[in-house]
Amino acid sequence: MAEVAPATGPSSAAPPWVSEVSWAWVGVVPFFVFALMFLILPTGLLVVGGFQDKGGHFTLRNLLDLFQPTILNSYLISIKVSAASAIGGALVGFALAYAAITGGLPRWVRPTLMTFSGVASNFAGVPLAFAFLATLGRTGLVTALLVHVFGFNIYSIGFNLLSFSGLTLTYMYFQIPLMVLIMAPAIDGLRREWREASASLGASTWEYWRYIALPVLWPPLLGATLLLFANAFGAVATAYALTGSSLNIVTIVLYAQIRGDVLHNQNLGYALALGMILITGLSNAAYIWLRGRGERWLR
Amino acid sequence: MKPRRLGAWLVIVFGVLYFFVPLLGTFEFSLRLLRGVYSVAAYRIVLADPRFAATVTYSTVLALATIVMGVALVVPTAYWIQLRLPRMRPVVEFITLLPLVIPAIVLVFGYLRIYNSSSALPLTGSARTTDLLLMFSYVTLALPYMYRAVDNGLRAIDVRTLTEAAQSLGAGWSTILLRVILPNVRVAVLSGAFLTFAIVIGEFTMASLLDRPAFGPYLQLIGANRAYEPAALSIISFAITWACMGLIQIFTRGVPGQVAGAH
Repeated sequence: MAEVAPATGPSSAAPPWVSEVSWAWVGVVPFFVFALMFLILPTGLLVVGGFQDKGGHFTLRNLLDLFQPTILNSYLISIKVSAASAIGGALVGFALAYAAITGGLPRWVRPTLMTFSGVASNFAGVPLAFAFLATLGRTGLVTALLVHVFGFNIYSIGFNLLSFSGLTLTYMYFQIPLMVLIMAPAIDGLRREWREASASLGASTWEYWRYIALPVLWPPLLGATLLLFANAFGAVATAYALTGSSLNIVTIVLYAQIRGDVLHNQNLGYALALGMILITGLSNAAYIWLRGRGERWLR
Repeated sequence: MKPRRLGAWLVIVFGVLYFFVPLLGTFEFSLRLLRGVYSVAAYRIVLADPRFAATVTYSTVLALATIVMGVALVVPTAYWIQLRLPRMRPVVEFITLLPLVIPAIVLVFGYLRIYNSSSALPLTGSARTTDLLLMFSYVTLALPYMYRAVDNGLRAIDVRTLTEAAQSLGAGWSTILLRVILPNVRVAVLSGAFLTFAIVIGEFTMASLLDRPAFGPYLQLIGANRAYEPAALSIISFAITWACMGLIQIFTRGVPGQVAGAH
């Protein structure tokens, strides 16, 4: 991804416009103005605000206040839901992509799976919450079917859609297809010859996975899982429409803070946002690093 | 070989169930408005609601404006990077990925802070300028997808030769961009455009916090107050997403290197 396009060739080819190269930067000014106005400055000001008190003086108070139980708890629930839906989504998504690509299934399975994944990974937010309410809510189709057919009420054994498990299950609806889309190229990179060579040398399926497939696949696998984590961590609409404010994940707290300063401290709100940027930033940085490692083998 | 294929089928069947059961559940639920019989009453109520038409229109217009603005921003930039400033590529690519790193709710929080009505650039001061701000927010949200799509398209054509050929025939920069480059990457632009549309049409967080009458906040409002209508709206939005992705598939068929829907 990061390699320089070979089609354009190196600058040593001395194109006729080399003399005016000093003005070439003017062409990207609109883009950088846009990035400054709508990405860098707004985020930067929040970060600065997180380090200021009401009078605008430097302080670490807000960051320390993030560790008060209610806020810390909201971060923890967010991290738990994001991690669970990322790991669950990664496992199922990988199994699906692997089955469709190497499972010896009919040819139409793979393109069909990719198309449906493109749709499902973009079916998120408020409508997704409605879909799960209609399916697994107290009067939902699956809930009712389980009661009618098996006489078994999932709500009697402690399942609740408006809770950690329900939110995780709902998030996995867009996490699984996203994983399929990200992992398909990496699985394509697994050469059939590797498996054949290991089999002819007497390796079992377990040994093939342990010594060949997983060492090659773990950077993209782990990287994709981190991307799914960040994807779930920043989500607002699904959780808000599903649980209202009964499940206090950090994005819901921030939403309430922006609406009506529920923390009674503007700067604490900025610190809350800063904490979120730190978490998604770290997981994305790790993803980019892992992707760089993965590309060495998968060409 | 046989047990392996059976395992693969089982995995696929599980995936199919996970994908279709919630849709089926939603569809069944949306027909339950009248007690004892299945009917399309919920759809009738939703479609007759003037706010439905108003919010869908608002979001559609906003999505189209976002696409035009996004293309106007991304195509010249990606073209120029490819042609003249390949050394800037990592910087620009990094910036285009930032919206995936910074959650949308954080971005809009930042906008509310620097563009509030008492700031130097009070974009949230009036309804029209807030619409403008919302459009730019959506350009930001769609930037990673739009940039990737257009950049892939530009890599597949010989930008340098096309530019030199156009220049030797006396074309200016606007002619080159509009009549040479754009038609050559139209498939990439279209796939970016449909993806943008799918993202914008039901977006909730930004529209809600900027207090604009878009389709996403309307969906949420109905969801909080009604029982069966939300399911009907859900099916309608799913159809819209499906249409966008289907159109990407149709337009990009046979074009290598397109990653519709991939993040």
